[in-house]
Amino acid sequence: MTVWTWLALAGAIVVALVAAAQVRRHAAARAAGRRFLRHPTASLGVFILAFFVTLALAAPLVAPYDPTRQLDPVHLQNQPPSLRFLLGTDVYGRDVWSRLVYGARLSLGIGTLAMLVAVTVGAGVGALAGYFRHWLDAILMRGVDVGLAVPRIFVLLMAVALWERLPLAALVLLIGLTGWFVTSRLVRAEVLSLREREFVAAAQAVGAGPTRVIFRHVLPNAAAPIIVSAALGIGNVILLEAGLSFLGIGVPSPLPSWGSMIHDGWQWIVAAPWTSGFPGLAIAFVVMALNAVGDGLRDALDPRDTLDPRKEGT
Amino acid sequence: MTAWLVRRLAAAIAIVFAVVTITFVLIHLAPGTPFGADEQHQQDPEVIARLVRQFGLDQPLPVQYVLYLRNLLRGELGQSFSQHRPVADAIADTIPPTLTLAGAALVVDFAIGLALGVYQAVRPRRFGDIVLGNVALFFHSLPTFWLGLVLLLVFGQWLHVFPVGGMRDPVLCPSVTSARCLGDVVWHLALPALTLGLVGAAGTARYQRAAMLEVVGEDYVRTARAKGLGERRVLLVHALRNALLPFITLIGLAFPFLLTGAVLVETVFAWPGMGRLSVGAIFQRDYPLVTGAALVATGAVVLGSVLADVLYAVADPRLRAPGGAR
Repeated sequence: MTVWTWLALAGAIVVALVAAAQVRRHAAARAAGRRFLRHPTASLGVFILAFFVTLALAAPLVAPYDPTRQLDPVHLQNQPPSLRFLLGTDVYGRDVWSRLVYGARLSLGIGTLAMLVAVTVGAGVGALAGYFRHWLDAILMRGVDVGLAVPRIFVLLMAVALWERLPLAALVLLIGLTGWFVTSRLVRAEVLSLREREFVAAAQAVGAGPTRVIFRHVLPNAAAPIIVSAALGIGNVILLEAGLSFLGIGVPSPLPSWGSMIHDGWQWIVAAPWTSGFPGLAIAFVVMALNAVGDGLRDALDPRDTLDPRKEGT
Repeated sequence: MTAWLVRRLAAAIAIVFAVVTITFVLIHLAPGTPFGADEQHQQDPEVIARLVRQFGLDQPLPVQYVLYLRNLLRGELGQSFSQHRPVADAIADTIPPTLTLAGAALVVDFAIGLALGVYQAVRPRRFGDIVLGNVALFFHSLPTFWLGLVLLLVFGQWLHVFPVGGMRDPVLCPSVTSARCLGDVVWHLALPALTLGLVGAAGTARYQRAAMLEVVGEDYVRTARAKGLGERRVLLVHALRNALLPFITLIGLAFPFLLTGAVLVETVFAWPGMGRLSVGAIFQRDYPLVTGAALVATGAVVLGSVLADVLYAVADPRLRAPGGAR
């Protein structure tokens, strides 16, 4: 750790604190925002998320070493945390803190991208089913039943077994395409009631086609369940990616995702618990922050309880 | 009720049928010969000849599909590359350990989750509720395999309280025969069951707290209080009874969670179950074994949800009334 990386780390904490304070200030001015703040951990969640997002964005500044470089494979194996190596080094002589920082990019990036895929497909399918109803609804929702019946991890295990190693993009796509089923159910339910409202009838009366009605009038009003399921879904995706990488079939080594760091470190957990301990804590804190923010958003945007008590991820 | 049950079962069978069909398509889309050997996988020529006959690999695709379905109905899932025996046999051996682990995890999950949820709901928004709520949120957010590693390190390596893996001591207890060996299995079971159970309990507690809070506001709870019943009796007898209804749904939902968690936790603890079998099979590219395990897991999930629906109908008299259940 050099003076500059210490300064950058302090800077990241300041940025996260400022971001959390800004969110609090804006939230306190609105009724929905106050419902968000009433959640005991939501504000802390915003801070944790802002911190890790800053780390991910400013990774080259905050990380003192190249995350994949083996600094000295002979003398710097499994060194305990110190001022020089904030979180120690792993068995290959790589700096754990640098890997953790770059790992934020991969883990948060994969989580966000896969969730975008899932939410887009889920909102699309839900809107189509809810708006057109009848046979289209029946077909799509039976499809959702099928999708929900297969535990997600087995789909991914099957894909890896059949196609050998999956490229990162395929992994993201596959995680996204197996994660939209619950979202589509929520959106469908919302659209079913929205389509009976006067403003939809008015839009149809002035001649707006289904595409326009769905995108301009129905979906924007169904934003609440979409946003909440996105926030809760990213956490699930991060856990799923971590699990797959832990098994050695997710993000390939030497790329530092948090799951693959645990994969590299757990054989040496007795000699060097820091190599797999810290990435696990990072996952736990980020997922907890996402769950808290998701819960808070649900309280704020969608007073009805749509809590999914189980995570399918891990 | 009977008509509803028949429809529910028909839907479940349709779902399994669809998953089987998709699996068949995937197997044929993937590179390599379906169910047979290729240059990567050496197989006995006799076995290959049997597989070609059994799955009709020299026949057109529609015929292969029909044969695939027929074989599945007979419980034939093909031949495992890595184990050199039928997939069905390999999986059958791992089902008892997985069920043992899942059952034990479920007990831990529901016992802790229920107690915590009720305790929190009795004191909503107070200090204890908020602290426990955050602890539960933290556990709910933990990667199961990582919690397993931590427990393994602390209780297995540092404190030497529990063994560090496996299902039984290979020297003292090669198989479960005596009471002492049963104890040995329980001793090996403790950490993996605790791992899965704790993460599950965090979710159960959140759910149970919400269900309990919903019920506490109902009229009949106020009536029970007005009758002069003690608070304990009101909460534990009147409120909890009805707050337990959504609990049944949780049992059904627990299946996918337990099976998914088992894949990772069994790997950490070297527990000889279906999850560890599937993970091991992947590195051998033994896809007949992996697809077989996926189909068995799907079957378990579908069965779980049907079971939960039936239990729900039995427990909730409102659904038993004519026309009550959709």
